[in-house]
Amino acid sequence: MASSNLEKHKSDGSLMGNVLEWVDARFPATSLWKEHLSEYYAPKNFNFWYFFGSLALLVLVMQIVTGIFLVMHYKPDASLNAAGVPVAFASVEYIMRDVPWGWLIRYMHSTGASAFFVVVYLHMFRAMLYGSYRKPRELLWIFGVLIYLCLMAEAFAGYLLPWGQMSFWGAQVILSLFSAIPLIGNDLATWIRGDYVIADATLNRMFAFHVIAIPLALLGLVAAHILALHEVGSNNPDGIEIKKNKDPKTGIPLDGIPFHPYYTVKDIVGVVVFLMVFSAIVFFAPEMGGYFLEYNNYIPADPLVTPPHIAPVWYFTPFYSILRANTVNFFWIDAKLWGVIFMGLGVMILFFLPWLDRSPAKSIRYRGPIYKWALGIFIVAFFILGYLGMLAPTPGRTIVAQICTILYFLFFLLMPWYSRIDKCKPEPERVTQ
Amino acid sequence: MSSEKKVDCSRRNLVFATAAVGGVATVATAVPFVASMLPSERAKAAGAPVEADISGLAPGEMMRIEWRGKPVWIIHRTKEMLESLGKIADKISDAQSKRPMQPEYAKNEARSIKPEYLIVVGICTHLGCSPTDKFKTGAESGIDENWPGGFLCPCHGSFFDLAGRVYKNMPAPDNLEVPPHYYMSDTRILIGEDKKA
Amino acid sequence: MRAAMLKKYAIALLFAPLVALAAGTSIKLDAAPDRATNKAALQNGAKLFVNYCLNCHGASFVRYNRLTEIGLTEQQIKDNLLFTADKIGEPMGISMSRKDSKEFFGAWPPDLSLIARARASGDGSGADWLYTYLRGFYKDEKRPTGWNNVAFESVGMPHVLWELQGEQVMGDDHKLKLAKPGKLAPKEYDDAVGDLVAFMVWMAEPQAEFRKNLGIAVLLFLGIFFFIAYALKRAFWKDIH
Repeated sequence: MASSNLEKHKSDGSLMGNVLEWVDARFPATSLWKEHLSEYYAPKNFNFWYFFGSLALLVLVMQIVTGIFLVMHYKPDASLNAAGVPVAFASVEYIMRDVPWGWLIRYMHSTGASAFFVVVYLHMFRAMLYGSYRKPRELLWIFGVLIYLCLMAEAFAGYLLPWGQMSFWGAQVILSLFSAIPLIGNDLATWIRGDYVIADATLNRMFAFHVIAIPLALLGLVAAHILALHEVGSNNPDGIEIKKNKDPKTGIPLDGIPFHPYYTVKDIVGVVVFLMVFSAIVFFAPEMGGYFLEYNNYIPADPLVTPPHIAPVWYFTPFYSILRANTVNFFWIDAKLWGVIFMGLGVMILFFLPWLDRSPAKSIRYRGPIYKWALGIFIVAFFILGYLGMLAPTPGRTIVAQICTILYFLFFLLMPWYSRIDKCKPEPERVTQ
Repeated sequence: MSSEKKVDCSRRNLVFATAAVGGVATVATAVPFVASMLPSERAKAAGAPVEADISGLAPGEMMRIEWRGKPVWIIHRTKEMLESLGKIADKISDAQSKRPMQPEYAKNEARSIKPEYLIVVGICTHLGCSPTDKFKTGAESGIDENWPGGFLCPCHGSFFDLAGRVYKNMPAPDNLEVPPHYYMSDTRILIGEDKKA
Repeated sequence: MRAAMLKKYAIALLFAPLVALAAGTSIKLDAAPDRATNKAALQNGAKLFVNYCLNCHGASFVRYNRLTEIGLTEQQIKDNLLFTADKIGEPMGISMSRKDSKEFFGAWPPDLSLIARARASGDGSGADWLYTYLRGFYKDEKRPTGWNNVAFESVGMPHVLWELQGEQVMGDDHKLKLAKPGKLAPKEYDDAVGDLVAFMVWMAEPQAEFRKNLGIAVLLFLGIFFFIAYALKRAFWKDIH
C-alpha cells in the first residue's frame, strides 16, 4: 500500500504539493481525504432530515471543547467550604462569576447537552422514516444505539457534577433502581455508589466517567459509526440503493455526488441555522423555563432535605414514565423491578429494529398506510410519555402512561407482522427529489 | 465557455466570503475560551495589594506582612543602619542595584522611597528560603566583629545587608526583591501597587 | 408524509383531554417589578440587603467589588457596604459557620447568592416568589417566631423588615390586612421590597444584561453568515439536478 501511495499522489511541483507528497508517502492523508470526502459518493437527494448527523458531530466537538475549559476550574468535591456550601457547587458558581467568560462556556455546555439529545432524537427519527437501519446498515444502526446508550450515561454522570438538589436526588432515585435487582441489588448499588449513600465517592467517579471514560467510548463509537456508513454508503429519502445504478465507465453511482464539496457546503448552512437557534437559547433563555437548567439545582445538594418534586432531565422522561407506569406486582417480581426491566427493554428493543422490520420497501414514501399510522402513534406515545415523566404521578396520569407504554412496545413487537402485510407502493429505479 | 468562467468567479468569491466570515466567527469564539484562562476574580482578589500600618513601628524594628502568599518585611532603619550602607559597598555584589530587582523609585543606595523604611520581599533569591534577621552589630551578632547588621539565610548561608543587597560570592545571585508600593499617608503603605500618576 | 403528520396531530388531540390534568399545589404570586436596568433601584436594594439580610444570610458567591457594576465606586462600597470583609475583592460571606448558625437559628439560613434563580417555578419567576414572600409575613402566635408567611408555610425566618412594613394579620377571608403600620407606607414598603428583590435578581446573575446584549450581536452576525453560506450552497448546487 505504501508504495502505491507514493506513486498515486505525485506533487505538482509547488511547495504545498511537495509537502503533501512527503506526507502521503508516510500517511494516507490524500487517500483518506478522497475515500471519505472528495470521492465519497452520497445520494444527491438528501433532505432536511439529513442535517442531523453532521450536527451531532458538531455538538460532540463543542461539548468536548467547552468541557475541557470547564474542567480547568471545576472541582468534584462534595465537602463543605468555609461558607457552608459544597465545593463542587461553589466551583460551578466560581466559573459563572469569577472566571472571565466562564458563564458563556457553562451555558454552552448545558445547552449543548440538551441540544445533543434533540439532534440525536431527530437523527434517529430520520432512520425510522427512511429505513436507514435496514440491511446492509444493521451494524451502523447498532453502533448508533450504542452511542445513544453512552450519551445517556454521559448525561447522567454529567448532571451529578453541579451537585445541586436535583443532581443529588435524581442520582439517588436512579441509582436506587439497581437495588431492585434481586439478590445482588443492594451490593450492586453500593458498589456503583462507592458508599452507602450518594456521597463524595460517587461524585468523583461520575466525574471520571463523564470526563474520560465515556467521551473516549463515544469517540471510538462515532468513528466506528462513520466507518460503517462509508463502507456501505448512505441511504436516502427514497430508500433505494444508489449503488445499483453505476456509470459503466467510472463506476460512480449515477445518483451519487461527492460529499465534498456538495454536502460540506450544504452542511455549513445547516450549522449556521443550528447555531442561530443554539445562540438564541444560550444568550436569551439558557434555563429554558427550567428544562435545561432545573431551578432546584440552584440549591446546593442537601442529603437531609428531599425536594418536593424530583424529575429527571427532559431527555430521560419518556423512559422514566415507562418505569413509573409499572404499578402491578406480576408473579413473584414486584412492580419496582418490572419498572426497571421495562425501562431497560424500552431502550434495548431499539437494537432489534433492523430484524423486526420486514417491509419490502425501506422508505416511508413507499410503505403502506399501516406503517404511517404505527409510526405516528409511536411518536405521539413517546411525546406523551415524555410529558408525563416531568409531572408528579396521579392515578389518571398513570393509566395514560400505561397505555402509551403498551403502544410504545407494540410498535416494535407487532412490526414483523404489520410490516409484512402492509401494502407498499413500487419503489423507483432512480432517486426522486 | 466564458459563462462557465463567470460561474467559477462568483463561486470563488463566495468561498472566500464564507471562509472570511467563518474565520471571524472562529476567532470571536476563541476569544472567550482563551480569556477564561486568565487570572480569575478569585486569583485577582487573592493577589490584591495589602495595606501596612507603620505607625507603631519603632526605629530598629521590623514587621512582617503577607502579600501574594509571600512574606514582606518593613524595617524602620536607624541613622546608623543607613550610614553603614555606604561603608560596605565594596563587599556588595550589586551595590548600585543595576539588576531589575526593584522598581525605579527604589533604585538608590537605600533601595527605598523614604530612607527610613525598607520594604523587601523576605525570600532569598537563591532557592526561596526566608532569611533570618541579624540586626545586632559586631561580635554580639555571632558573625564577625565587622558585621554592620543585615540578614542571613539559614539554608545555604547567603548574607544580605540592611538594604537587602546580597554580599559578594554568596549562593544567592541577586538582591532581595523590592515589591511595588507607595505611601498612602505617612503611616500607611500600600504594598503591591505603584502609585497611580 | 403529510398524511402521517396529520394523523399524528389527530391522535394527540384525542389524548389531550386525558393529559390536561390539574397541577400540584400552587400559590398565586404577585408580579415583581422589573428593575434590572435601574441602577438607582439596584443600589438601594444593595443597601437594604447589606443592612437587613447579611446579618444571618451569606451571599458567598458575590464579591463586594462586583457592586461597581451597578454604578457604585470602590470608595462608596468601602464606606457604606463593606461590613463582613476587609478587602473589597472578598465575597459577601458571614462569619458564623454553617454548624453554629444551625444551632443558633434552628436551621441554616441559606446562602442568598442564587435565591432568585432557585425559587422560580411554574407559579412564577424567583423574583415573583421573593416579592410575594417579603411582603407576605403575618402574625401567627402558633409559630415559635410569632410569624408565618403566605409564600412559605411555617417558615423559620422571622419578619426582619417588620419595622418598615408594620404587622399584617391573616383575616378570615384568607386575605392579609395591615393591623399595625410600620415606618413606611404600604406603597413605599412595596417599592423598597421591589428594589431589594431587583438586587437579589442581579446577584443571582450579574452578567444577565450583558449576556442579552451580546446575544443580539451574535444573532445579527449569524444572520449575515447565513445569507453568505446559503448563497455559497446555491452556487455549488446549481450543477446538481
